[in-house]
Amino acid sequence: MILPLDIILLIFLVIAAVVALKLRDLLGAAMVFSTYGFLICLIWAEMGAVDVAFTEATVGAGISGALMIATIFKTARKSSD
Amino acid sequence: MQKLFATIAVIITGAILLNAVEDFPRFGDPHSPPNSGVSGGSVSSSVHYLQNTYLDTRVPNVVTAVLADYRGYDTLFETAVILTAGIAVFAILRVVRRKDEEESTGSEEKACSGEFSTSDSDGEGRHRVVVGTACRVVVPLAQLFGFYIIAHGHPSPGGGFQGGVVLGTSFILLALAGGLGSALGRLREDMYLRLACLGVFIYAGIGLLSLFFRRNFLDYGALSGLLQTGGEEMARSHGIFGVELGVAMTVTSVMFALFANLSTRGELKGGL
Repeated sequence: MILPLDIILLIFLVIAAVVALKLRDLLGAAMVFSTYGFLICLIWAEMGAVDVAFTEATVGAGISGALMIATIFKTARKSSD
Repeated sequence: MQKLFATIAVIITGAILLNAVEDFPRFGDPHSPPNSGVSGGSVSSSVHYLQNTYLDTRVPNVVTAVLADYRGYDTLFETAVILTAGIAVFAILRVVRRKDEEESTGSEEKACSGEFSTSDSDGEGRHRVVVGTACRVVVPLAQLFGFYIIAHGHPSPGGGFQGGVVLGTSFILLALAGGLGSALGRLREDMYLRLACLGVFIYAGIGLLSLFFRRNFLDYGALSGLLQTGGEEMARSHGIFGVELGVAMTVTSVMFALFANLSTRGELKGGL
């Protein structure tokens, strides 16, 4: 555990979470959500849980973003609420 | 009004969760039950696994051994859940047109010829030279890396799930570069549906095999006679590998099936 790195990652994590929720543009939100997954992956790797970090890197930061973008292209791009 | 209630609910839940965090042991605390090896006077389970996993299964990565062997049931049904998710998406989205309808919607069958082509039927191919060339380099490396992750799950992080996702991603990359048709030419729909079911079948089949040797379900040690290994430890190691292969098959095909159905609204034609 490196405390300054932890704090930086957690700050970015909170920013990414809020931005992903607040963005009206769903494509942008999907990209930010992938960033969120990647940040969680970094935090897990830094805590020593390498297997979990690997899964998060492939699923959270990788394929879920691709699936969300594929879905957004076939639906409306902006959120209506 | 609704927003106010939602805010209050979120704040209360957050306060409760933050309050519960204080009861956790500090990160890396040497006196916490997992690290000190004692919980309530007896040896804690984490120390038991750390000490005995390599002796039991000859797998250096404790996480892999716990996931695929000690908690084999858990991973078996996790794989079944992934298969179910794939089938659910297939059942909801997949549109199968009759032959006579198909002809009227245009002939996009050319793209399914199976060869890696950067052109597709609607003439967008010229704009995809850069992406196509990059994918030609990346896709084989990604697939090789996926197989490496699956095969190297024993001594290093990784395993069937992660490797399967990487393999599935390589097919998605193929679909993004050369149209869905070129990816479907490599992994046809009937093939990936069969592969997804076969993965769970392999997993459950390896578990069932040990029943024939009068042992428990998913007790791979029973296969030592069948696999001609010296002891039960290596049989468990090989059993874990077989199970990982099954998981990888299911995950690869389900991930690609999800993308193929989502990106074309179940038509499996055209693509993004």
